[in-house]
Amino acid sequence: MVHSGTSVVGVSVRGLGKAFRGTWALRGVDLDLAPGETLVLFGPNGSGKTTLLKILATLVRPTRGSGVVSGADLVRARDQIRHRVEILSHGSALYEELSPRENLSFAAAIRGDRPAEGAVAAALERVGLGEVADERVRTLSSGMKRRITLARLLLRRVDLWLLDEPYTNLDREATKVLEAALQEHQERGGMAVIATHNFLDGFKLATRLAILARGRLILDEPRGTMTLPVFQELYALRTEGGGR
Amino acid sequence: MNFLALAAEILRKDLRIEARSREGLNTLLFFSALLVFLFRFALGPTEAQVRQGAPGLLWFAFILTGLWGMARAFQIERENDCLEALRLVPGDLGGVYLGKVVGGCCVMVATELAIVVMFGLFFHLDLWPAGGRLVPVLILGTVGFVAIGTLFAAITAHLKAREVLLPLLLLPLVIPVLLPASRLTELVLAGESLGAEPHWLRLLLVFDLVFLVLGYLTFPFVMED
Repeated sequence: MVHSGTSVVGVSVRGLGKAFRGTWALRGVDLDLAPGETLVLFGPNGSGKTTLLKILATLVRPTRGSGVVSGADLVRARDQIRHRVEILSHGSALYEELSPRENLSFAAAIRGDRPAEGAVAAALERVGLGEVADERVRTLSSGMKRRITLARLLLRRVDLWLLDEPYTNLDREATKVLEAALQEHQERGGMAVIATHNFLDGFKLATRLAILARGRLILDEPRGTMTLPVFQELYALRTEGGGR
Repeated sequence: MNFLALAAEILRKDLRIEARSREGLNTLLFFSALLVFLFRFALGPTEAQVRQGAPGLLWFAFILTGLWGMARAFQIERENDCLEALRLVPGDLGGVYLGKVVGGCCVMVATELAIVVMFGLFFHLDLWPAGGRLVPVLILGTVGFVAIGTLFAAITAHLKAREVLLPLLLLPLVIPVLLPASRLTELVLAGESLGAEPHWLRLLLVFDLVFLVLGYLTFPFVMED
């Protein structure tokens, strides 16, 4: 976490917990993220990865704990955070009857952004969808739809990217675009939290590695000199039996 | 983002989707034609019976098609988790509500006009002279219905039994709108002016306002987790 004057620039959460109808999906999570850091979050199904991302995006209110994202309180300053965060989740959040260009323009407009002239076209070109920019989304493949969500991510300059299984439906070419975009985001001082089961790609992108199991953060380390086989072994040990 | 600008974006998007989607207005119009066709059998050929039953049947048809339109407005948002993106809009989510209400009213009034025209054709009624007075009644009745309907469509959007729950919850609540709207329609079709029984008009205006304010204030909480 970095302090700039009086405001906290990074992400900092303490004792974060979320219960759904009495069942705890997330328990006592402490997390700090500094500008330029990418935390890749691994964990078995149902370990709380998506819940954590949704709390950071302000889509879900925490039951317990507190947190700050780019100086804004997770509960009391949700609007400020929404200006500074972009989430890529399981659903594409695309309207099937609109074109990729219209979807991107709409997404930017309702968040109060006015993309620069040609920015939407450039984002679609970058993900290889320039030629279908005006086709209806319903005519496109699921891989192409995923690329549109990637273009939406590129369109906004925000502090924090929250990516939930970002590799789903992405081919090698699109994965390279995502990796390059993440690199640029990091160089601008942007932060990212990525939840994934994809060890190979996730490990490559990480500056920090974390494991969530049964709602608890059981590992949070800088990637440093750790190798993928060592991490995988550590993951298997820590999450054996669901991380009990 | 400015509340009105947000409402305008939502409205533009919804109308664009409606205009492009074949399953939207086309299905509504076909359903409306079917209803009017069935009414023809129910009422019989006598003009007196038709004139007596017309206001109630018209509003019955409007409500049935309106319920379908309400559910569809949020079905579009549920597909691909678009609702989640709307929930992330910074600022006043009342803008989303307003955009949805205006969009819903546009679609519903268009359908209502088609129903009225079909009604006139099927029953050989000359509704043209009453048109100028009928349109404000349709608009006022629709605003009240859509104002509360949008709120309940949002509430039931995530429920499994939403198709059953929406009419169950909504229909008892829209009675204060339906009563004055159908009474005013009756007056207008009988050649009277809207001011002939002003208390019905006042009642309709009051409930439009109450439902709009209630919807605007409650909608942001409904959208939260």
